[in-house]
Amino acid sequence: MDFPVLTVILLAPVVGALISVFIPKEESRIIKAVAGISTFISLALTIVIYFVYYTQHLDTGGMAFTEDIPWVSDLGVVYSLGVDGFSLPMLLLTNVIGFTAVFSRSWSVEKRAKEFYILLMILIVGVMGTFVARDLFIFFLFYEVVVIPIYIMVIIWGSGSKTKDVTKEYAGMKLTIYLLVGSAFLLAAMIWLYMEAAEMRGLPTFDIATLASLSSQFDQQFQIIVFGMMGFGFTVLLSMFPFHSWSPDGYAGAPTAVSMIHAGVLKKIGGYGLIRIGFFILPLGAKFWAPLIAILAVGNVVYAALICLAQKDMKYVVGYSSVSHMGFVLIGFASLNIIGLNGAVANMFAHGVMSALFFSMVGYIYGATKTRYIPDLGGLAHQMPVAAAGFVVAAMASAGLPGLVSFVPEFTTFVGAFKEASLRIPAIIALTGVVLGAVYVLRMVANVLFGPRKEEWDHVEDIRGSYWIPVVVLIAFIVTFGVFPSLLMDMVNSGMQPIAAKLVDAARVASQMGGNI
Amino acid sequence: MIEFSLNNAWLIPFLPAVAFALIVLVLRPLPRVSAFVSITCILISFIMAISIGIGVIQGGEKFVEEPFKKAVTWFSMSGLKIEMGFQIDPTSAMMLFVVTLVAALVQIYSIGYMHGDKGFSVFYAYLSLFAMSMLGLVIAPNLLQMFVFWELVGLCSYLLIGFWWYKYSAREAAKKAFITTRTGDFGLLMGILLLQIFFGTLDLQELAVRIPNFTEYGLTAGALTLIAAILFLGPIGKSGQFPLHVWLPDAMEGPTPVSALIHAATMVVAGVYLVGRTLFLFKTVPGAMAFVAFMGAFTALFAASIAITQTEMKKILAYSTVSQLGYMMLALGAGSLTASMFHLMTHAFFKALMFLGAGSVLHAMHNEADIWKYGGLKKYMPITYWTFLIGCLAIAGIFPFAGFFSKDLILEVVWANSTLSGHAHGPFQGLYTLLFIMASMTAMMTAFYMFRMFFICFHGELRDKHAHPHESPFSMAMPLVVLGILSVVGGWVGWPGLTEGKAFGYFVRMGEFEIVHANWTLIISSTVLALIGIGGAIAIYWKNAISHEELAKKFAPLYKLSFNKFYVDELYLWIIHNIIDGIGRALWWVDMHIVDGVVDGVAKTTKVLGSVFRRVQTGKMQHYALVLFAGVVVLVIIMSFADTSVASLSLLGGGR
Repeated sequence: MDFPVLTVILLAPVVGALISVFIPKEESRIIKAVAGISTFISLALTIVIYFVYYTQHLDTGGMAFTEDIPWVSDLGVVYSLGVDGFSLPMLLLTNVIGFTAVFSRSWSVEKRAKEFYILLMILIVGVMGTFVARDLFIFFLFYEVVVIPIYIMVIIWGSGSKTKDVTKEYAGMKLTIYLLVGSAFLLAAMIWLYMEAAEMRGLPTFDIATLASLSSQFDQQFQIIVFGMMGFGFTVLLSMFPFHSWSPDGYAGAPTAVSMIHAGVLKKIGGYGLIRIGFFILPLGAKFWAPLIAILAVGNVVYAALICLAQKDMKYVVGYSSVSHMGFVLIGFASLNIIGLNGAVANMFAHGVMSALFFSMVGYIYGATKTRYIPDLGGLAHQMPVAAAGFVVAAMASAGLPGLVSFVPEFTTFVGAFKEASLRIPAIIALTGVVLGAVYVLRMVANVLFGPRKEEWDHVEDIRGSYWIPVVVLIAFIVTFGVFPSLLMDMVNSGMQPIAAKLVDAARVASQMGGNI
Repeated sequence: MIEFSLNNAWLIPFLPAVAFALIVLVLRPLPRVSAFVSITCILISFIMAISIGIGVIQGGEKFVEEPFKKAVTWFSMSGLKIEMGFQIDPTSAMMLFVVTLVAALVQIYSIGYMHGDKGFSVFYAYLSLFAMSMLGLVIAPNLLQMFVFWELVGLCSYLLIGFWWYKYSAREAAKKAFITTRTGDFGLLMGILLLQIFFGTLDLQELAVRIPNFTEYGLTAGALTLIAAILFLGPIGKSGQFPLHVWLPDAMEGPTPVSALIHAATMVVAGVYLVGRTLFLFKTVPGAMAFVAFMGAFTALFAASIAITQTEMKKILAYSTVSQLGYMMLALGAGSLTASMFHLMTHAFFKALMFLGAGSVLHAMHNEADIWKYGGLKKYMPITYWTFLIGCLAIAGIFPFAGFFSKDLILEVVWANSTLSGHAHGPFQGLYTLLFIMASMTAMMTAFYMFRMFFICFHGELRDKHAHPHESPFSMAMPLVVLGILSVVGGWVGWPGLTEGKAFGYFVRMGEFEIVHANWTLIISSTVLALIGIGGAIAIYWKNAISHEELAKKFAPLYKLSFNKFYVDELYLWIIHNIIDGIGRALWWVDMHIVDGVVDGVAKTTKVLGSVFRRVQTGKMQHYALVLFAGVVVLVIIMSFADTSVASLSLLGGGR
């Protein structure tokens, strides 16, 4: 295919942002429409290539829709893009959430809408770029693009909380510092990896596939250290316990659209990078660190779920719940087998759409009532039945109800984890998250939506107009992928196969070396 | 028709699913059309279920030995393949019939009962969704499909209990139901995962082949018993067995048709059905069987002892449901799929009948729940009265009503496993003797509390002078009559004399078919026990020969325990609010002050360091030059000692 479809997907929001620059700032509706159209173009194209890949490339696997333009040839940097069964679900996720985030209600965005949407477009492009990059340098470049708009958006359009003494400036700063510290480790690990590889090949390259082909030549000590650094960077981004505390504060502080993108996809860059770069290039390192990841993953699931029970701020409930769900992803990673990896990656997708819907609904309610404090709310289903329906669907998906997107991934993750005898105990402990997860979401649903009518909320309006878009689109994805899980699982499976094969090879090498790992 | 129904059995759950989608997406503003679509779909499903039933009876032995299965892949990857499909055998065919029948009747009944409710269409949407989920569960050929629909019926239960979500009580009851059953599902899911890991499949027929040879799959008998016990947690939650029974009585907050359909006749028996479907697992390990039997018998007795003192019709019926479900579990624990499924079927008839009757009474009394406000309803609502009487006689186990046959069969199989029969073997026969005694006591108590309620409600004088009770409309009376008839004749299909013994037990069974011979001592003694129970109720609540207030005073501590449901709810609430929430709050404190504290500490240190190092920037050129010079000196010293490979850093500038 000669048409550079990935570049077009990346450029559509950029063009949208550029057009917005020339629109007077009073015309916030037009700006929103431009943002909506440009993200919709990306979304539509992504759906097209998803189905093209699903129908044509699934059996062979590998990268498709590739583009290669040499950039800094001295350093071996190539602007190379491509998608496979792993990046496509992530790209789709980004676009679904990006498109719906534009139409979600953030109550403070009415002022300075122009800047907001421009930054949002940049953010979306940054996230998309990380998922389609085949070059480590490009990956990192896009990753850094992401951090800046997030910070600005949180401190300008964010909000504080009633339950915790946190200002939006603190939340934004904390989030940014965490991400930057993580990315510093990442950068160091990347450069080291790059240099080591360059020495081996005599030719510098940032190409991920080429680096991965060298994985059996990197010695074990090197893999363990570099994976450790890289793993730290990525798992901080994935909010692994005990480096998670930026995430609930950050989500609570951020405006709705940013919370959606951050919890929905940005976090997943951590998981994506960990697998695509960490596991793929440094399988021995992954093997070394997996037990630690498994233990911390249990911490994620149980610790965060218990904390959720004590929350009275809706955004904190969803924030900690997202930390808890990342535990399921991490335990799937730690299983190091194809079933667990499939489950974990599919779980990233599932959690993405589900938490986006959750944040969108919470944001809508917050925008309408100007409060997120649960005891202030109650009986809102009287005044806003549509928002209530969306909220309940999100809650049920969060509780892992079959027929919705997150059940099959969670089940698969646990099959993968149970397969490894050493992971059985952590997996059983993590399984209690299934019960706790139901407890905290249902409590919130009951206390926010149900119960007698409260007259003070009679003035609020239900979802209407373009606010319908997030509800309809996200529920459509949640239900479709829930009822037909093979749409997602086959894709992920094809993407995971080369990586799982690497891990199997590494296990064989390790056992030949006497199993001293 | 039979051929078509068999080959397309997936349509049976699919049609209600279509109804659900249509109502939710399109028909919601049109209540009458919604009800019409929903009822039409379930009636077509019902007809298909009947023709499948006929096909299975005609097929006879064929379906018992080799269930008819069709499935497609739901999702798969190397080492994990999950299918969706259907499996028709006598057990699932029987369940299809019962579920579609009761669902259809309840949907018809709801036309009258829910008339004028704001959420009329939504109610029918939920009922259709429920029918879809329950039927999908019934025909499931593998455990994961069963789990999927198992959770979906849980969702429907949540939605329907909380149907009147603007009431605090309904909202809390819905939440409680979901969370309590979820607690059990934790075990069920773990059991399913362990079976998948050890046996490599979740297909019921495959598992039935592999599990008896469990040693080949690296399991010991103890481990398999543990797996079975873990798996059994799911049925404990769903079928309201002790100690997870607490949600079921509260579930009566939902509209009464829901209580009849979901919380009496169909969904709550899903646990029993699941154990029945996986009975090959439990049968392989006798310890698990004894566990199931004990939990069943204990629940039966425990719930009956609570039901005796309750004062709300639906609560009494709810505890009676818990108790009867315990009975079914006991039958399974005694190894008899036949007895358990038979009781499941007859119970569905008479319990649905009684719930709908209770709904009729509530409708007439404008939702007054306290039975002590009723009285003398016999003359106002004759259809309800007579059909309710049939239900009471059936549950008490009086010949020739349906409950007589099924209850008797259960007592018989437990008897056969106990020392009393003289030909039992195995380490647990003593236990089964105890269980037999418990079951017999339960039978007597059941007769007593049912007729207690019956006499208080329907005999004597109307106590609430402001009420104007009236008989219910046709749409509500018709299902009562149909279920009333079935509660009489429904048990006859189990009559051993029927068509050369090819009765219920010939089709619905596991293992070799044996004709059960009538055990007259047992039949007579159990009937006598039931009559004693009824006699007691007559003496106390009809003839007022003994004052019930005096009795309550005399046994005050026992009365209080029973009336307050042994304080189990209070205990759970205390644990949840103090221990689990306490841990939550403690961990949050940790998160804010320790996990965050470290981060903030680092930040503060940086700040302090910053203020220290600020002094370094003096702005004087000489100082900077001095520092620069010192740095160069240090570097030179380091480089002269260290190996010069640091030069490889220059690669960054291009490595050609």
